Amino acid sequence: MFLLRVNGEPHTVDVPADMPLLWVLRDVVGLTGTKFGCGIAQCGACTVHLDGQAVRSCVLPVSAIGDKSITTIEAVARTPSGKQVQQAWLDVDVVQCGYCQSGQIMSAAALLARNPNPSDDDIDAAMSGNICRCGTYVRIRAAIKQAATGEIKVMQTVAPGPRGAS
Amino acid sequence: MTPQDVDAGRRDALKLGGLTLAFLWTGAGGTARAALNARRQPGDAAAAAADGNPPFAPNAFIRIDADGSVRLVMPNVEMGQGIYTGACMMLAEELDVGMDQIEVEHAPPNEELYAMPLLGGQITGGSTSTRGHWQVLREAGAVARAMLVAAAAQRWRVDAATCTVSRGIVSHPPSRRSLGYGALAKSAGALPEPGDVAVKDPSTFTLIGRPLRRVDSADKVRGAAQFGIDVKVPGMKIATVRACPTFGGTVVGINDKRTRAIPGVLAVLQLDGAVAVVGEHFWAAKRGLDELDIEWDPGDNADLTTAKLREALADKSHGGPPIIAREVGKKPADGKLVEATYQSPMLAHATMEPLNTTVWLTPDKCEIWVGTQVPTRCVAAAAKITGLPEGKIVLHNQYLGGGFGRRLETDSVEQAVHLAKQVSFPIKVIWTREEDIRHDIVRPMYYDRISALLDSNGRPVWYGDRVTGGTVLGRWAPMAMGKNGLDDDTVECVAEVPYDIPNLKVEWVRHDMPDGLIVGWWRGVGPTHNLFVVESFMDELAHAAGKDPLNFRRTMLQKNPRALALVNLAAQKMGWDSGPLPARVGRGIALGEPFGSKVCLIVEAEVTPRGEVRLRRAVVALDCGVTINPSSVEAQIQGGLLFGLSAALYSGITIKHGAIEQSNFHDYRTLRINETPLVEVHNIGTGHAPGGLGEVGTAIAAPALCNAIFAATGVRLRSLPVDRAQLAKSMDVFKTVVGDNGAASALDGRPKA
Repeated sequence: MFLLRVNGEPHTVDVPADMPLLWVLRDVVGLTGTKFGCGIAQCGACTVHLDGQAVRSCVLPVSAIGDKSITTIEAVARTPSGKQVQQAWLDVDVVQCGYCQSGQIMSAAALLARNPNPSDDDIDAAMSGNICRCGTYVRIRAAIKQAATGEIKVMQTVAPGPRGAS
Repeated sequence: MTPQDVDAGRRDALKLGGLTLAFLWTGAGGTARAALNARRQPGDAAAAAADGNPPFAPNAFIRIDADGSVRLVMPNVEMGQGIYTGACMMLAEELDVGMDQIEVEHAPPNEELYAMPLLGGQITGGSTSTRGHWQVLREAGAVARAMLVAAAAQRWRVDAATCTVSRGIVSHPPSRRSLGYGALAKSAGALPEPGDVAVKDPSTFTLIGRPLRRVDSADKVRGAAQFGIDVKVPGMKIATVRACPTFGGTVVGINDKRTRAIPGVLAVLQLDGAVAVVGEHFWAAKRGLDELDIEWDPGDNADLTTAKLREALADKSHGGPPIIAREVGKKPADGKLVEATYQSPMLAHATMEPLNTTVWLTPDKCEIWVGTQVPTRCVAAAAKITGLPEGKIVLHNQYLGGGFGRRLETDSVEQAVHLAKQVSFPIKVIWTREEDIRHDIVRPMYYDRISALLDSNGRPVWYGDRVTGGTVLGRWAPMAMGKNGLDDDTVECVAEVPYDIPNLKVEWVRHDMPDGLIVGWWRGVGPTHNLFVVESFMDELAHAAGKDPLNFRRTMLQKNPRALALVNLAAQKMGWDSGPLPARVGRGIALGEPFGSKVCLIVEAEVTPRGEVRLRRAVVALDCGVTINPSSVEAQIQGGLLFGLSAALYSGITIKHGAIEQSNFHDYRTLRINETPLVEVHNIGTGHAPGGLGEVGTAIAAPALCNAIFAATGVRLRSLPVDRAQLAKSMDVFKTVVGDNGAASALDGRPKA
């Protein structure tokens, strides 16, 4: 039995000690915003925050978490940098298939939380562990800069989003 | 459907230009569907009930409820390409509703209602979605609007022509009356279909042409969009599978003692060529699979290697019977002959979302949740496996975490249905990344011999290309093969080139892969392979003629002003003629007309002494005709380009012992953000019919890259992916000539490879 604090809520989970946090979140807690991409910490789709640090949940055994607090994409908007990043992602309209974007946003939010004004190299260093097969990297870079500076430098979209497919 | 119909449909489709998947497919119901229809009423009572019996549903795409909510049903699937947004814009433009007033729904499988006109089936692929729906979706919106306006006019006893519509509200300005679509829905639903309905003049568009935010962005940014892998069904268990690593191999036997001892493991299942472990959660299933002892019979492919496949392809290119795809004029007797051989590797798709399917099979019903590019094919396959009629197969399509052609296949869905037959509960089958790559249905490998004759002015007067490779179409839609046995896809973008070259001969030699090695569609399909060959070779010709590769192309484009304009624009934006570049930096150009669009790409790249390629800048000049959403266009070109550059730089599937050697992102390398260049997209907005976009950037990527590498190093790469060892070797030569490349490398301040 492990007591986890996920997005501010306590969860007691009866799972094997070696079970990666990713599968605890997805299959036990029921939070599916965090994605499975590779299982070996190569793609970053599973990125969550552990006490604000970006970690790859697909290789993080649940037993290693202790009392650290877990934040997932579902609640990252409650952090200032998470909110900024999500808004910039909308303004720049970063997403394509969207599958990697939870992880991208979590990595970007952790970056901005510790480095509010990252350089290109800082962005490369923080984000190169997150693969996007759709190739949204150009807009990811633009969105991080926009989130950091508040300056709008790229094409802006105008319509508020309608409701998505069920 | 007669063979003549097929041929006629095929010819019509081909006339649209750049269309790769040009065929009529005999759909799930066994009959070919001509096209979706802007006026067709939604299917049967069951479908209407599932839709909540909306009072106004004038066609398959629009549902308006009494509360005024507007639901738009998407005939194509969304896998990142932005088609939900584009389709909504086309519908909303003519319906006169705002993009903030709509809800979006996945279409159910239904050939009658949602078949893609260009493909003859409910299929998303071939960069056809916008091209195929441009007319019909606008008409569908216009028909609905006309009926709603007629309902208002009837109620007010006024001339419909005196009514206006804005954001879903019909007004009659002279009498200052207005009614919302919700209030009009019921009476509009009772009206007969209108006769001729005109679509808007493009000059009056209020949505089309604007960079509107994607309809799926908000959910995807919050992690709330549901992909197939996220589906939850009550009582569902999770399975993961391992098929025999060797193509076509089978299971001899298993020992599951250790597996069954793992907490959470519920069942161990076997199929002919695969095993599956079912668990309470994915981790139990995965751990269980890892502990399973499996004895495989590798079958006939046990000794298969990439080298053997390459050798066989080369032999076939020389000895096999060619099918002539296109021949114009004849080869002149005189001229300077230039010849080259190009090779393209197998490629995996590596969609970010690994393949997965959820199935709940009960005696009288089979429910499937999956993100697929071919929903009706999945239904047909499940019906065959379960013995249930197609009406008892209920498929819920989901957002796709990338498709790239991999989800045009039904193999993983079929496997999941087979597994579901062995259990009594709903089962979600998730492939590991290793399974996803080792059992990809890969892009075929190709071996091409291309040659050309230059006249005394260095101008090509003839070219010939013999493409040798497997056929995807021959398996996937055999009825679409040409009468002479030609697979058009294999010669797309080489049978026709943008240039004025008077004589040509293009042939294809079919070389099927060994049984078990199945090849499939991969983003950019035929054009991705052929543009690499043709546009690299154009550079070789320019070099042989002693001309600048950009000017060389210009001289052959006098009869193709749209393409010439792109070359000039790209050159200007890149500064092609600007001063000398740093050492080991080069620029490469490529031009193509894939998928009904026209594109010119210039890549600027640096090659390090260790042979690593650094992408510095990419400039794209594009003519995709009418632009629905400039933001989507830019995104598709950027993303498609990076997808193509990623493959050209790093990706290749190789085979040893009849099995794919790569297994995950550590050995199937893909481009990362730190390797991403600046990408500029310059879209010439022309009024021509919309071209395809999803695959255009991918198709044009490799040749511009390889031409840039040639300009930087003098090394002509004729096979992919880029061989860094070959480039490193070339740098040794370069070093002895220039002598200071180590020092020069430090100048740019970037870390060395």
